[in-house]
Amino acid sequence: MTGGHARRRRVNALMFALTALCAAVSAGVLFAILGYIAWKGASSLSWAFLTRLPAPVGETGGGIANSIVGSAEVVGLAGLIGVPVGVLAGVYLSEFGGRGRLAFWVRYAADTLNGVPSIVVGLFAYALVVLPMRRFSALSGAVALAIIVVPIVLRNTEEFLRLVPGTIREAALALGVPRWKVTLRVVLPTARRGILTGALLALARAAGETAPLIFTAFGNSFWGRSLLQPVATLPLTLYNYAISPYDDWHRQAWAAALILMLFVLAVNAAARVWLKPVSGGAS
Amino acid sequence: MATAAAPDRIPSVARGAAAVPGPRERAGDRLFRLGVAAFALLILALTAALAVMLAVESRGTWRSFGFSFLWSTEWDPIGGKFGALPFLYGTLVSSALALLIAVPLGVGSAIFLAELAPRRVSDAVSFAIELLAAVPSVILGLMGIFLLVPWVRAAEPFLTRWLGWLPLFRGAPYGIGLLAAGLILSLMILPYIAAISREVLLTVPRPLKEGLYALGATRWEVVRGVSLPYARSGILGAIFLALGRALGETMAVTMVIGNTPQISASLFSPAYTMSAVIANELAEASSPDHLSALVAIGLTLFGLTVVVNGLARLLIRRLEARG
Repeated sequence: MTGGHARRRRVNALMFALTALCAAVSAGVLFAILGYIAWKGASSLSWAFLTRLPAPVGETGGGIANSIVGSAEVVGLAGLIGVPVGVLAGVYLSEFGGRGRLAFWVRYAADTLNGVPSIVVGLFAYALVVLPMRRFSALSGAVALAIIVVPIVLRNTEEFLRLVPGTIREAALALGVPRWKVTLRVVLPTARRGILTGALLALARAAGETAPLIFTAFGNSFWGRSLLQPVATLPLTLYNYAISPYDDWHRQAWAAALILMLFVLAVNAAARVWLKPVSGGAS
Repeated sequence: MATAAAPDRIPSVARGAAAVPGPRERAGDRLFRLGVAAFALLILALTAALAVMLAVESRGTWRSFGFSFLWSTEWDPIGGKFGALPFLYGTLVSSALALLIAVPLGVGSAIFLAELAPRRVSDAVSFAIELLAAVPSVILGLMGIFLLVPWVRAAEPFLTRWLGWLPLFRGAPYGIGLLAAGLILSLMILPYIAAISREVLLTVPRPLKEGLYALGATRWEVVRGVSLPYARSGILGAIFLALGRALGETMAVTMVIGNTPQISASLFSPAYTMSAVIANELAEASSPDHLSALVAIGLTLFGLTVVVNGLARLLIRRLEARG
């Protein structure tokens, strides 16, 4: 700080402007992406696109109804498998694990699992479900997505359960209520909003995952007839259309991207609105 | 006085007592505790099973090629020759390129958001940056194919004219290749660096900063003299976490990198990454050897991300322990 006062003020202003520019670029990228997708996707969006099956290769038209339903199926099943596992393990960590050795290793495992690339999770689901059953299936895709969802739900559940004041547990226990009932009827309901929102955000992320579905759910030009059949999903169809040589499929890829993006945005916005009163009330 | 102090202790006692169940734990409570513990164990088992599966399914490759698998450059599934170096190279170079772009941008954003911006602006911009992290990677890949790649193709001749004395910027302007992959990856990891660095910067104790303000320092001098040194390990942790993401990222990269297993000094040339080759070849693996080699690449990728993420958590935790 030996320089003149004016020089120091100039440096300060310059760095302020530079870092502001960084932030503007970072946030601007999001709006550029959203705007571009809306512009390219909206023109191809139609009722037929949402309700019809894909047209045969080479023909124009057709829709992605099977992909939308397939995504709902696979993500829904992943939620049914992954959310309860994550929540219950989170209950263990918060209510029983404390600083114990098992809790330490479970947290470590969850953090590791959370960092595993989704394509490697796909490999795991492939070995776990596809190889023994000798077929690609909606089930194997759901297992892959569930494995992605579990560690996110787990750490989120633990965090929100820790926010529940210990005095609430004490009050219920003092009335002679058994501990399991206190956990299920008092502690979990108190943290319900945070836990559900976290689960929803995790599922929104799973809905956009493509890599683990390539060799599990695989894709299908028709309706998937059962959970043990290959099934089309929105992100994978988007991918296949995007890398295809057909202009009409490129057009449909943008429309599919718009649908996927709207879903992800809606969940994120809802989560933000939904969570606000809780964080405000807690502080 | 003792009664006034008690409420503070109660929660910790309640939790501590649960960890060491007393002799009179009810049957229902015991069942419940063991039940949820089973789910916790399931996660431990799942993670272990993942690692074991990768090792078991790839043992054929390690047996026939040993560690030379990692530095052999030939990838010929039909001829039964498998070497992972081109994929390792593509993954590392595209990730390094992404860090080169995203670190200054992300840390700069974080400084602005945590230290300089008004609260309202900071919250809104932070939300936008967090949303960027929620954009599915396949959508970024779509933008990459139809928007970024043509731009890169148009820009490459200019880069060659100005920077062509570096071998990095020579070669035919395809558009697809390492440069496009690095650019799109940087967008994907930028939100992680910005969001976590901002959080870390917000933990810097006020009194430390006020001390320097009292000496007449400008805001930037406080950032440089107090906040950045204090938050250094946390920011480094954020960068490692982002690196972990970049290494494993699949779709967006697969769509713009060109999927050619070669090692070239030029950033303009098409390349291939570990995740991309698994995505492209696993469903149609031509033989058990091919499958095993792909899983071996998966195991390598897994090991790489476990190390990088572990380092990241260590760095972030070191900061938390001090704070």
